[in-house]
Amino acid sequence: METVCAIELRNITKRFGKVVANDGIDLELHYGEILSLLGENGSGKTTLMNMLAGIYFPDEGEIFINGKQVSIRSPKDAYDNKIGMIHQHYKLVDVFTAAQNIILGLDDKGKLDIEAANEKVRQICRRYGFDIDPTQKIYDMSVSQKQTVEIVKMLYRGADILILDEPTAVLTPQETEKLFDVLRNMRDDGKAIVIITHKLHEVMALSDNVTVLRKGKYIGTVKTSETNPQALTDMMVGRAVTLNIDRPLYENPVDRLELKNVTCLDAEGVKKLDGVSFVAKGGEILGVAGIAGSGQKELLEAIAGLYPVAEGEIIFSPEGQQPSNLVGKTPMQIKKAGVAMAFVPEDRLGMGLVGSMGMTGNMMLRSWRKGKSVFVNRKDPNELALKVWKELEVVTPSTDFPVRRMSGGNVQKVLVGREIASAPSVLMSAYAVRGLDINTSYTIYNLMTEQKMKGVAVVFVGEDLDVLLELCDRILVLCGGKVSGIVDARTTTKEEIGLLMTRVGGKERADA
Amino acid sequence: MTDFIALFIALIVAAITYGTPLLFGTLGEILTEKSGNLNLGVEGIMFMGGAIGLGSVFYYEKWVASPNPYLAVVIALLFAFLAGAFASLIFSFLTITLRANQNVTGLALAIFGTGVGQFIGEFMRVKEGGYISISNALKGYFQNSPFPHALQNIPFVGKILFGHSFFFYLGLLLAIGMFWYLNKTRSGLYLRAVGESPATADAAGINVGRTRYIATIIGGGVSAIGGMIYIMTIAGCVWNHEGLSGVGWLAVALVIFCMWRPLGAIWGSVLFGALMILYLRLVIPFIPTQLYKILPYVVTVIVLVISSMRNNREKQPPQSLGLPYFREER
Repeated sequence: METVCAIELRNITKRFGKVVANDGIDLELHYGEILSLLGENGSGKTTLMNMLAGIYFPDEGEIFINGKQVSIRSPKDAYDNKIGMIHQHYKLVDVFTAAQNIILGLDDKGKLDIEAANEKVRQICRRYGFDIDPTQKIYDMSVSQKQTVEIVKMLYRGADILILDEPTAVLTPQETEKLFDVLRNMRDDGKAIVIITHKLHEVMALSDNVTVLRKGKYIGTVKTSETNPQALTDMMVGRAVTLNIDRPLYENPVDRLELKNVTCLDAEGVKKLDGVSFVAKGGEILGVAGIAGSGQKELLEAIAGLYPVAEGEIIFSPEGQQPSNLVGKTPMQIKKAGVAMAFVPEDRLGMGLVGSMGMTGNMMLRSWRKGKSVFVNRKDPNELALKVWKELEVVTPSTDFPVRRMSGGNVQKVLVGREIASAPSVLMSAYAVRGLDINTSYTIYNLMTEQKMKGVAVVFVGEDLDVLLELCDRILVLCGGKVSGIVDARTTTKEEIGLLMTRVGGKERADA
Repeated sequence: MTDFIALFIALIVAAITYGTPLLFGTLGEILTEKSGNLNLGVEGIMFMGGAIGLGSVFYYEKWVASPNPYLAVVIALLFAFLAGAFASLIFSFLTITLRANQNVTGLALAIFGTGVGQFIGEFMRVKEGGYISISNALKGYFQNSPFPHALQNIPFVGKILFGHSFFFYLGLLLAIGMFWYLNKTRSGLYLRAVGESPATADAAGINVGRTRYIATIIGGGVSAIGGMIYIMTIAGCVWNHEGLSGVGWLAVALVIFCMWRPLGAIWGSVLFGALMILYLRLVIPFIPTQLYKILPYVVTVIVLVISSMRNNREKQPPQSLGLPYFREER
């Protein structure tokens, strides 16, 4: 190499207890380059970058910045070396203004001059084409504005090396495109940028080079222009996998669940769902897309009886039974009628599983009311746990091993497996593959499709539009609690859905 | 009519007298909680401050031939502060360094501090053979107004503005100083950031542990001064078992009542002071005094209900209040 590396890592190793998160990793990053760090979940991407940001300290190995060996012991050391990391969960204080957040922790001398800081923030915004108001409070901002604040924060500190951890996970396609433009701008300005991701199309669109990690090990670095998604996937997974989701067509689907003008209000009287109407058919996967917080959670909870419905009807027509209105029924009655919900919140455990219980205990959460004895029946749940363990290839030492200590993917398999086991006629899942690696995601997609082919009406709330497009039969787009459109997943495009996500009252297509 | 006005003025003066110890207790706890540490040990800290503050002045007077009254006040302030700072150091070590549960540690400190305060108070009483008290000449410096009589004798407002002990005015300055510190200085901004989101502060290069240690120790010292003031003014410079009990808990409630705002603590503590003495001044037959004594807590509950209903993002507890922080936690 003729030029001096911005960052050079040599033989970096980091262990958490017995788990080796990074195993002897080498990496090079140059100025004026965007490097993608690609890998499945748990492959150690974030851990590796956290060592550059001063969150973790490597057990072994050396870090060179601009050719000089450095030791980064705290986030402050990282700043001193002009490294700025934008974490997946934004590190911002909600009740502070943008500028207050940006100047946090800088040891400038003298009086606190917030006006001067505001002005400097405005300058940076003008230079790179950002659009934020330094005096606006964070809690009033959208997700993409918060991300902008994070980026400005790093630039304000004079960071020349930027690390972004899954920056597009919460953005719409349009916002993502804008972010990429900004990143390209910064690259042309001579900055070195690392972007952590597991979305292949983003790697292809944005980066100059790709470094692939697998299970904590360095696999290799390739030029983006000389590779393709299939080759990268093979590197990530370690063997050839097919990237296509099998989408069979179910013969004559029947109406299973019909929502008529459903409106829900939250505690403050704000409409969370506003006149939502749609039909979910048995033998079909109905995708639900939308920017985070557009009413996806409320929609599922309203159907499951967990969220009060102010107006409207939810008509449920199980196989061979009279249709009935679910509004006003208790969650237990709705569950018994055959509506199952697998909701995976951000922290995965929050809703649906008890972290300190094992698989058996968690299976029992669905069955403890069965039977007449005062003692609970542990035998059947244990059999079910064994079945899920085997069929879904859950990695756990035993069925009594606390769920909390399993890896994210396995936790989700337990959750989805349990809901499927109750043989529902409507299966709802939200973010079922959130944070899962490609392999496990496909297991879950296949489970959904399997259920669909059994005539179950599947409602699938997802974040990744590419997946929704490949997995679902129809896609319902929510925007601000309203249905902004229902489109045929086989014929629509990502751009169309992206537009619907940001626009209320888009027209429903005739063929949907 | 003049009777009524006189009664009203007397009520306000008494409310401020009772409110002053609360003001210190509350200001100290606000500083602590703004850093994200929920120190429930205020009750114990104030007991220690009361007993040690009294003891320090008592022995100063006993051992020094001609005690300087101003130095006596400074000694009381200093020793009470050190007592509270020491108790909070224990709390900080357990919760910040060892990451113990803050609620449990705080409650333990409340019990421990109460015990230590009682022990020191009783020990001095037994050793000195009877209730210990400081001389009347010295008492005046703790209890009387620092302003000349001419000012205090202005009709109506004289007593209300100038008729209080030196400590009340110190408390006012402290509250204003703390408001200025938290809202206008760099270091105050960083302190609030630590309380709101330690991970953010840490990633921004602020030393979370050190900030929390300093805020908690200074806050505990300030709270302990409140205990000393209670003993030296309201309790008449005499130690007794019951005197201080409940004051620390009122201070904790008052922090919530004034929504973590130092300036709000001023009028909040006067209001709570008034509620504390209402049973002496406004006697309604057949209502037991115990019912009066729950008034401050009732008011706190009402304020909590109203503030959570209004859901104002600015008037909320620090977001990470009561949560330990560990950088490498995943």
